[in-house]
Amino acid sequence: MVMNAITPIRTPAEQALIGAFGALRDSGPASAALEGLRIDGFSRFEASGLPHRRVEDWKYTDLRALMREARPLAGAPDASVLLAAKVAVGRLPRVGGSRIVLVDGFHAPDLADGGALPEGVTVSDLAAAMAQRPEISALVTGQPATRANIAFALNNAFLTEGLLIEVAPGTELGHALDLVSITSDGAPRLVTSRIVVVVGAGASAGIVETHLGPAGVEYQKNVVMQVVVRDGATLEHGRRQIEGDQALHLATLEASVGAEAHFDSLTLTTGAAVSRSQLFVRFAGEHSNVTLRGVSMLKGRQHADTALVMEHAVPHCQSRETFKHILDGEAHGVFQGKIIVQPVAQKTDGRMMSQTIMLAEGPSMDNKPELEIFADDVACAHGCTCGELDADLMFYLKARGIPHKEAEALLVEAFAREAIEDFGGGPLAVVEELREAMLTSVTEWMRART
Amino acid sequence: MPAVQETVEQVRAIDIDQYKYGFSTDIEMELAPKGLSEDIVRYISARKNEPAWMLEWRLDAYRRWLTMREPDWARVDYPQIDFQDMYYYAAPKSNAAPKSLDEIDPAILETYKKLGIPLREQEILAGVAPENRIAVDAVFDSVSVVTTFKEELKKSGVIFSSISEALHEHPELVKKYIGSVVPTTDNYYATLNAAVFSDGSFVYIPPGVRCPMELSTYFRINEQKTGQFERTLIIADKGSYVSYLEGCTAPMRDENQLHAAVVELIAHDDAEIKYSTVQNWYPGDSQGKGGIYNFVTKRGDCRGARSKISWTQVETGSAITWKYPSCILRGDDSQGEFYSIAVSNGAQQVDSGTKMIHLGKNTRSRIISKGISAGRSQNTYRGLVSAHRRATNAKNFTNCDSLLIGNACGAHTVPYIESKTASAVFEHEATTSKVSEDQMFYCMQRGLTQEEAIALIVNGFVKDVLQQLPMEFMVEAQKLIAISLEGSVG
Repeated sequence: MVMNAITPIRTPAEQALIGAFGALRDSGPASAALEGLRIDGFSRFEASGLPHRRVEDWKYTDLRALMREARPLAGAPDASVLLAAKVAVGRLPRVGGSRIVLVDGFHAPDLADGGALPEGVTVSDLAAAMAQRPEISALVTGQPATRANIAFALNNAFLTEGLLIEVAPGTELGHALDLVSITSDGAPRLVTSRIVVVVGAGASAGIVETHLGPAGVEYQKNVVMQVVVRDGATLEHGRRQIEGDQALHLATLEASVGAEAHFDSLTLTTGAAVSRSQLFVRFAGEHSNVTLRGVSMLKGRQHADTALVMEHAVPHCQSRETFKHILDGEAHGVFQGKIIVQPVAQKTDGRMMSQTIMLAEGPSMDNKPELEIFADDVACAHGCTCGELDADLMFYLKARGIPHKEAEALLVEAFAREAIEDFGGGPLAVVEELREAMLTSVTEWMRART
Repeated sequence: MPAVQETVEQVRAIDIDQYKYGFSTDIEMELAPKGLSEDIVRYISARKNEPAWMLEWRLDAYRRWLTMREPDWARVDYPQIDFQDMYYYAAPKSNAAPKSLDEIDPAILETYKKLGIPLREQEILAGVAPENRIAVDAVFDSVSVVTTFKEELKKSGVIFSSISEALHEHPELVKKYIGSVVPTTDNYYATLNAAVFSDGSFVYIPPGVRCPMELSTYFRINEQKTGQFERTLIIADKGSYVSYLEGCTAPMRDENQLHAAVVELIAHDDAEIKYSTVQNWYPGDSQGKGGIYNFVTKRGDCRGARSKISWTQVETGSAITWKYPSCILRGDDSQGEFYSIAVSNGAQQVDSGTKMIHLGKNTRSRIISKGISAGRSQNTYRGLVSAHRRATNAKNFTNCDSLLIGNACGAHTVPYIESKTASAVFEHEATTSKVSEDQMFYCMQRGLTQEEAIALIVNGFVKDVLQQLPMEFMVEAQKLIAISLEGSVG
């Protein structure tokens, strides 16, 4: 986007973000490692402001309009906040092995649960690791496409702490890591968190993120996860976004997948008033495969956007993207997906599908499934459908005595199941647990409809 | 398929660097002073002896254009156009209102003869069944030189003339409809066109009339350093039907020439318009030197209930193509169709597609787009399908496939699918592939050469679209596809 030479008029939210950055800077220096990131992120934000509908990538999620105010930055939680968080997190059924908890974006080791970390897994401070290991620094800086993204830039600008999770080469985890990120009750704030996951060569791991927070509070959350799946490794990644109903949730997942590696990611979205899930995934080694999937169930006036860029930068890789939207009320769903095949990426096999079911007259859905192909020996496809539940199928079920609402629920579950069903494939017990948890959420969501 | 042999011969005989229509005609021309200003707009309007309201309309567009920015969102890359370095009006000097073909400069007639466009009605009549006749409006640079079969069409009540003529003979129709589908404010090139358009075709089909023959316009750019800005306006009144063909060529030159046209179609209740284009502007040489910039705004308005507009296009020419023939499905139960083959080779850049805007109830649309990229070309499909909240039971089916030949080209798909109503059913599918080795092996094992095999496979790939073309164009289109693919065996 070419920017005008004219100084743009700052919205109140932009002014608040600029102010917050100044205050953060004045409050004392960040570690040297984070300082560079912060300045880079802030200058990118300052140059372009919040993205709006004239910025192509944000065409359907006009952040300038949707983010009217910027909340003050969340500080490290005190004892009472931690206690309240402990109670809330305790109510959440575990879907994996060891639980790692973040409160308001800060690591809360005291809230860890489910026993000690399994052998081969280490959790450490990101800034410290960046200072000592240039490869971690480089990784945190991000790929060019991610760096150009404003949500990512804002995450950099307000980064005070990060977490590095490493799985040693060859490790095989029996259970996934259960990562819970909770926002505390009280005055609404802006939460920023950063997690880097490195799965060593030949290792096999799973990680499940759950994002939640209080209802009725207009808190804002900007989370970034950067993943490296090294050669021959496998990572199953699950994500549940069940934020409070007034929340604004921006999530970025960046992944780099090595040779003969496997990455499978499933996102379930039911929470937040406004949310955007961004995925930037790149093949870095040959003969690998990636599956990206998502189910978004939205009601009322919820807005949820999935924006993904799948980049085939090397030959012989396979990617599958399957996204489902179930829309009720006056909800607004957005899917923007792009498969890029670089000139060298011959023998690429990529398939992207976005499907939507509307359960009421009010919702709207915007789809933009893009292909950008520079190599000739490839097979790429995308598909997109949008409509209401099939009247014939409904009739069939009702003719067999199934009440209208149940018939609807059955069809919706079957629709969502397509994306969830074959998730994983790794040896992890948690994959099954997560799959079940996701399907239960679908059922409960349908049941809660009035 | 019997046609394939024909295309294969074309492949053998013609090289991309030998664009068949690349000759130029040496003829005395009257040119407006170079550059663009209010005076030029007044000059064009005065040359055409236009009514005052038309001049005002043009000037209004021109003033607006000055405030607009050139769009940069398309996937095309070209040096800044110097709008002051071209002529906005070029007319053959001898063309002072010819009464019959005999008064037209023989050099022009010769040009059209060479292009294979019949302008003499008696020549067309010989040996052709009446229903297969085609009426032609021949546009040479900035002016329409002749329109054939006008008298015969008049008998059915059909008005077919150049738009300049229509402005004098049917000002009320022109005033009512011009700019009603593509307003002067629409986009940079449409606004420019509104200010400086010099000629084009006008068609009006009265209620209940099925146009007795195919209508066509043949656009020819001849003069150097000129831009061609034509405007076509087709109105199909209630219950009428018309099929309209458009063809275009230009000489081979090292310079880039601008072609910025506007086409407006209006279909009233139960009317149907079928609009076919074979676009074969000079594409530049294989190194990307020269060629036409084809920046065109085409839009149809299905204004009436049960109306139908169908676009078919075969795009093989132009250095750069930027065009999105669209349908506004305003009337209930109206239908829009878009069939396209875009073949790019050499250094061509194509960014083309369609928009189907569903506003009325039970509206239906279908998009079939086939893109073939070869050489170092970039071929993008960009399309929008949208359903308004009131467009209940709207249906769309989109299929856009790309075929890549060689490893230096690119094929891209950028669809926008926006639905605001639950009962709208949208289906979209797109695939990209290369001519498969298996298919090639199968064909060659049966004795076909590599070129023959490619031609066969590609013709199979684009068959869906070719079938939509009127007979005369189908043959032409098949030949064109073969020409553009020459040298693409990787």
